[in-house]
Amino acid sequence: MEITINGQKIEAKKGETILQAGERAGIEIPSLCYHSDLSIRASCRVCVVDCNGKLLPACSQVVEEGMEIRTDSELAEKARTINLELLFSQHQEECYDCVWNANCQMLKLAREYGVEINRFKDRKASYPMYRFGPIEFDGSKCIDCRNCIEVCDKQEVGFLKIKGRGHLLEVFPSKEENTDCIYCGQCILRCPAGAFESVGEFEKIEDPFKKEKKRVVFQIAPAVRATIGEEFGMPFGEVSTGKLVKGLKELGGEEVFDVSMGADITTVEESKELLERIRKNDLPMFTACCPSWVRFVEFYYPELISRLTTVRSPQIILGGLIKTLLARKKNIDPGDIVLVSVMPCVSKKHEIEREELKIGGNLRPVDHVLTTREVGRLFRDKGIDFPNLSEKKPDNPFGDPSQSGVEYGVSGGVMQSAVYNLSGKKVKLTEKKKGLKEGVVEVEGKQARLAVIYGLKNAKEILDDLKKGVQKYDYIEVMACPGGCIGGGGQSVPVNEKIREKRREGLCRAGGTGRAIRAKENAQVKNLYSTLFKKEKKIHQICYTKHYKAAKTLLEKNEQGEENEN
Amino acid sequence: MGRSGSMFPVSEKWKMVRDKEAERKYVVCNASEGEIDTFKDYFVLKNFPHEVVEGMNIALSTLGAEKGYIYLNKNYFREINEKLSPMVGEDIEVVEKRGGYVGGEETSVIEVIEGHSPEPRIKPPFPSCSGLWGFPTLVNNVETFCAVSRISKGSYQKKRFYSIAGSAPNKGVYELPESMTIEEVLRETGNLPDFDYFLQVGGGACGEVMLPEETGRVLQGLASIIMYDREETDPYLLMKRWVSFLLEGNCDKCTPCREGLFRIMEMIKKGNFEDVEDMFLVMEKTSLCPLGRVAVTPFRSLLEKIIPRNGDND
Repeated sequence: MEITINGQKIEAKKGETILQAGERAGIEIPSLCYHSDLSIRASCRVCVVDCNGKLLPACSQVVEEGMEIRTDSELAEKARTINLELLFSQHQEECYDCVWNANCQMLKLAREYGVEINRFKDRKASYPMYRFGPIEFDGSKCIDCRNCIEVCDKQEVGFLKIKGRGHLLEVFPSKEENTDCIYCGQCILRCPAGAFESVGEFEKIEDPFKKEKKRVVFQIAPAVRATIGEEFGMPFGEVSTGKLVKGLKELGGEEVFDVSMGADITTVEESKELLERIRKNDLPMFTACCPSWVRFVEFYYPELISRLTTVRSPQIILGGLIKTLLARKKNIDPGDIVLVSVMPCVSKKHEIEREELKIGGNLRPVDHVLTTREVGRLFRDKGIDFPNLSEKKPDNPFGDPSQSGVEYGVSGGVMQSAVYNLSGKKVKLTEKKKGLKEGVVEVEGKQARLAVIYGLKNAKEILDDLKKGVQKYDYIEVMACPGGCIGGGGQSVPVNEKIREKRREGLCRAGGTGRAIRAKENAQVKNLYSTLFKKEKKIHQICYTKHYKAAKTLLEKNEQGEENEN
Repeated sequence: MGRSGSMFPVSEKWKMVRDKEAERKYVVCNASEGEIDTFKDYFVLKNFPHEVVEGMNIALSTLGAEKGYIYLNKNYFREINEKLSPMVGEDIEVVEKRGGYVGGEETSVIEVIEGHSPEPRIKPPFPSCSGLWGFPTLVNNVETFCAVSRISKGSYQKKRFYSIAGSAPNKGVYELPESMTIEEVLRETGNLPDFDYFLQVGGGACGEVMLPEETGRVLQGLASIIMYDREETDPYLLMKRWVSFLLEGNCDKCTPCREGLFRIMEMIKKGNFEDVEDMFLVMEKTSLCPLGRVAVTPFRSLLEKIIPRNGDND
């Protein structure tokens, strides 16, 4: 059907919304609470458009034949401006301490429409700030769109809730004993108002460089190389491994290693464990690279903890190697190394705190985790012109991963790598539904049924089945975030399905050609197994761990300022 | 016209539900009656429950609907459910209202009957196309069903039920011709007082403020008349009462209704209404459900008619 937007005739599809029709035709209709990953709630009323004097929300209004729409009529612009002013009246601005880095849609629209952002006194100035694990929520910034609640419910976590506050409502983290945050950080990515951030995202990013006479060493996660450019306006999915390495060196990193190498080691050990479990019929086995997924099992399904692989995640393995092997090689005290992981993830900040990961009782494999956003901020703060940096390769002996190791950053990467390592073949996975792929591989004459999952709703179904004694799969990879680590809670904003797809393509390109495909064929891995890892004891010390029933996160609440009377 | 106050033609709604092809259809009698000082639905349910149920049964058979629900105001539920439930028959179920004022909005009603929290849905789709569990659903007011039953029996006399409250000398519910002017209704019921007064017509929260000289017209919308003694009534307190009621009773989902009402409350406290037209504009034009749209009426009419706009620093 035909509709007209701002005088331009466009073809619209039956059943689509005005916003979708406009987007396809390249007409940008200003919107705010709308997020393509979430359901349409049409609550902010910023996307109202004028249809013959009637204002309609473009995000929810379905197109009708012959509709004449103006996004720029005086009425539409006035109403949009007032609604924005009302939204700003809920929101305490801290634009330079914000995950959106003064680049959010609210500010963009404010500039475009001449919105008086301080027209009304902030009514939420006294709303509290909450801290839970590696995440902070500042109620004084919340604009009540409830995107965070939906994304948390979508993860089957339901930790973020809404309650009455006087005549109004307030988002808050649940105090219930049986509900807890799993630190995936998806709320951070979905909040249009920057009310969520990771703890220390602005205040603590320089901590790793503050200790004197220490050797700062970086290790970079697979997924970050395909996303860090976004922090500097580079195209989605552009791979900038070399610039990232160079930039980290300029920050003072003595060495920069590649966590994809750690991934190769995880693969070698995890495929060993899988084989053993297949032989003993001790199945299914779950991957455990994703700390939010691990926490989900440890908190909500402690009876299934034994299903998690006991192999450590790549950053922890590589961290252990750097602190032991590298320290010995360079003849330095491991205690003098400050190891910083650059991660797409906020949950990894929690992972490094786990006591059982310490080596020899007291040595932490990793000292700090900085997310993609945080490293972007550090580069900006230090005046590093990222897009124009020269390129440097990651350092050896942990700088040349296999293709499979790099693909750990996308959903399916861990599974493919482990299975490929075992069988020498990539397995064909078929999509059963969004976030769930299935496949079968033959191992020693046995058929192993595989599942690759992202999003914990899909995972929960499988866990519930297992609790009922129904086992559909033998080896299950789960990543909490959509699309895997490329969609991680530490990544840049904005993000949506299309952006994730570009990141995925980019990362798969970054795996590159001309290098080993199979983890165990990687020369640096081979070298490791012919030296340090000749001793089983060493392998065990660096590569294996245990999982425990998780306790409820300590919830900190800080009141802010005086209570306003509502 | 339906008798809820929204002024929607009953026959149109019935036609839409009837003509929509669907596996199942539903009928809902909205007895949430959430307006302040309004009790005509209560009166009808208490005095003519059989006719209401009969009206619903007519709807069920005419539309080929499978089940009916009576969505009942919490206080009424406590008082009359025991009497009502046994007489509704197998095809009709009485459901207790949840939530505040917005819980009476037709899509919130549907949400509650489905077992969810009382929050309005995005319209369209309207309930007549996609209501309970996605099936076409007729939502009508208590009095509407009563009238349907009377029409079918030939006993309908073009009358409606007026609830009169406030400082009116003879408060109560009166059944009088639809064609009467408000003034005639007041005179007929002995409610033309000797003091200076103003009225709120259409409900004690969202109704319009009306001066005595405006009462020469026929009442449109919800037949609720509340009388205020002009001398005794503090208009600021009255607005405070409305705004608290509305803020308490709305769902806080959409920006204009949530924040607009909050700002109106602030303006009442300060006695400064400089920005109020902007609030009216967004509430009226961009609210998600009818609540935010009609919530403008009492404030606008009171500010226009009772409080002189210049020098409103009380």
